[in-house]
Amino acid sequence: MRLTTGTKVAALLATTALLAAGCSSSDAGDSAGSGDAGDSGDTAAAGPVDLTFWTWAPNMEKVVDLWNAENPDIQVTVNKQDGGDPAVTKLLTAIKAGSGAPDIMQAEYQKIPTLVSSDALADIAGNVGDDVASGFPEGVWNGVTLGSDAVYAVPQDSGPMEFYYRADVFEELGLDVPTTWEEFADAARTVNEADSDMYLGTFSATDAGWFTGLSQQAGASWWGIDGDAWSVDIDSEATKKVADYWGGLVEEGVIDNKPMYTPEWNAALNDGTQIGWLSAVWAPGVLEGNAPDTAGTWEMAAMPQWDASAPATGNWGGSATGVTTQSEHPEQAAEFITWLNTDQEAVNALVKEAGIYPAYTPAQAEALAEPPAFFSNQENFYELAGEIADTAGSFTYGPNVNVAFSAYNDAFGKAAESKSQAEFLDAVDTMQSTTLDDLKNSGFNVSE
Amino acid sequence: MTTHAPTSAPRAGSRPAASSGTRRPTSPRPGRKADRGVGERPSAVSTGILLLGAAYCLLPVLWVVVASTKSGGELFSTFTFAPSTHLLDNVGDLNAYRDGLFWRWMLNTAIYAGVGAALSVIVSAMAGYALAKYRFRGKTVVFNLLLAGVLVPGVVLAIPQYLLLAQIGLTNTYWSVLLPSIISPYGIYLARIYAAASVPDEIVEAARTDGASEARTFAAIAVPMMLPGLVTVFLFQFVAIWNNFMLPYIMLGDDKLFPLTVGLSGLLNQGASQPALYTLVITGALLSIIPLVGLFLLLQRFWQVDLAAGGVKA
Repeated sequence: MRLTTGTKVAALLATTALLAAGCSSSDAGDSAGSGDAGDSGDTAAAGPVDLTFWTWAPNMEKVVDLWNAENPDIQVTVNKQDGGDPAVTKLLTAIKAGSGAPDIMQAEYQKIPTLVSSDALADIAGNVGDDVASGFPEGVWNGVTLGSDAVYAVPQDSGPMEFYYRADVFEELGLDVPTTWEEFADAARTVNEADSDMYLGTFSATDAGWFTGLSQQAGASWWGIDGDAWSVDIDSEATKKVADYWGGLVEEGVIDNKPMYTPEWNAALNDGTQIGWLSAVWAPGVLEGNAPDTAGTWEMAAMPQWDASAPATGNWGGSATGVTTQSEHPEQAAEFITWLNTDQEAVNALVKEAGIYPAYTPAQAEALAEPPAFFSNQENFYELAGEIADTAGSFTYGPNVNVAFSAYNDAFGKAAESKSQAEFLDAVDTMQSTTLDDLKNSGFNVSE
Repeated sequence: MTTHAPTSAPRAGSRPAASSGTRRPTSPRPGRKADRGVGERPSAVSTGILLLGAAYCLLPVLWVVVASTKSGGELFSTFTFAPSTHLLDNVGDLNAYRDGLFWRWMLNTAIYAGVGAALSVIVSAMAGYALAKYRFRGKTVVFNLLLAGVLVPGVVLAIPQYLLLAQIGLTNTYWSVLLPSIISPYGIYLARIYAAASVPDEIVEAARTDGASEARTFAAIAVPMMLPGLVTVFLFQFVAIWNNFMLPYIMLGDDKLFPLTVGLSGLLNQGASQPALYTLVITGALLSIIPLVGLFLLLQRFWQVDLAAGGVKA
């Protein structure tokens, strides 16, 4: 027994000594530079670069496996994170702490100004070919350059908004698909009259991104930048028009006031008391996950319009992939994210495995040949989606989107709860003042 | 959330077991059992209140059990407490998620909770014993600081701890969760109470007179006397780490190091464009409470000690 322990200790000591020797000798090799250590120097340079990748897209590891198989020198490890805000908060903490950030980060478009102003995303303009930019719609590409010469990320997916509805219920009620917001309001009344528990949709006071998309469709752009001076324009006519419209429908009681993405809302999708959803192109995946038994009863159409002669839509969701300032291998990381979002094979895999709507136009045709499985009844799903996506207006996000969005949650949460049209309009003013004050207090140059 | 019910359930159950007298044959109250058995009948009111309490604690557990047998579609469409037959499918799906990553989370949680609680017990026992049995300058200050520490919620400390550990490059490692878990002011406080109550000064004096070193006195004489209390400290800390979310959430970026709490939360928050994996999360929650329930069934008799001590210290 004693002997065994002794042997173990000896072995441990020997191992430690070997390790120490190994380290010191490699140190010596490095500091010796070229010399006769040229051999080991080469191996070090050609040795595989390990990159970590924070993302929340499902099955991203399967897409990354394709890259890893073909690029033994640049190995990427996927670390799945909580989606959206939590991942950004975590990244910002790591950036402030000076270590702990990944090399590559998935970031929603509305978070990019925040990340850039916190110096979290590296400028990879030198590592991304010029031909890449031309493959993205201008509005999307602006989202990753912020209108400058820098490139802070490569766009991955976009979320042009569309109208989803239960075609079977529409037929039963003899409803036509609404093409204007006026018709949408009439349809909402008809639906609610047929069954007071049934709604054409809900006003979700917890999904600021959704309301942003609706405002964008109406022509709003909540932030603006001129030189280095930011401006906040949340209380514009366009936003007020949208808030007024929804406030009216909620006050009238023909549109529900419950948030989306709750178990209650899921149940309503299942039992047919929510028969419409103003959502984005990724909606099929959510509907399939939450209400699988309703397959084949949904159809997609363009958004109802404010001005039928000038069709428009907004964006809800979508994200890009960036390289963090803490990465020691920004060049290799940029190479990987370019491949991930523009290579045909990668984009095909993203569509198939992660269920995203790719932003890179040249790769869309092949990757989106088939409609989503949940919408196999609508052959031309992606064709239609492509036409709608072209009508998306431009929208500028500012560096304090989180503040504006939490002001939305608070102010519209109260307004929706009290079902008061007047409070919906007040909520817009609250968002404006909260966001503007925060921007000033954070030390940004603000023009009014 | 989920573990509250099982923790309360065995606690409530341990009362009658303790008072039945089987655990303490040498108890100086031999007549008590007989008194109670003959004289008092449980009143309908108190039984009713206890039943209500039990239902309050057990209903959520029942919900988890029932919900984990439902498929994704049934979860939101069938009656809440109507069980279905998809438990094995759900476990299979969970097992398939990223090549069985869930089991890695389970193992991680066991490591964080097991190792963290064990180390915490060692530190607490030593510190508690020292505070109870030695007289030294600054003792009151140290003890008052500890009392203040009991009042500071661990969540508040997570960010400073992150920044400190980031400076020495330990974030995103097992250590980043283990190190902050080792020090538990409440554990030290409890250990001090137990040491003061269960280790008589005379015995420590006798050991010294017989020539035992201080270390030996502590290890061979004090620790065995404090053992029931230390088991309580272990359980407290074990459950606290098992349920901890904020600390590992902030510290860890690599999902292979995640404990269950952080991993399951990730399955719920997939961003607006992806459906939450409710069935996987519910099934995962069910599986994650099984080890805790097992641990409590094994160690619940020690909780009786805690209940008595709780009456004193509160």
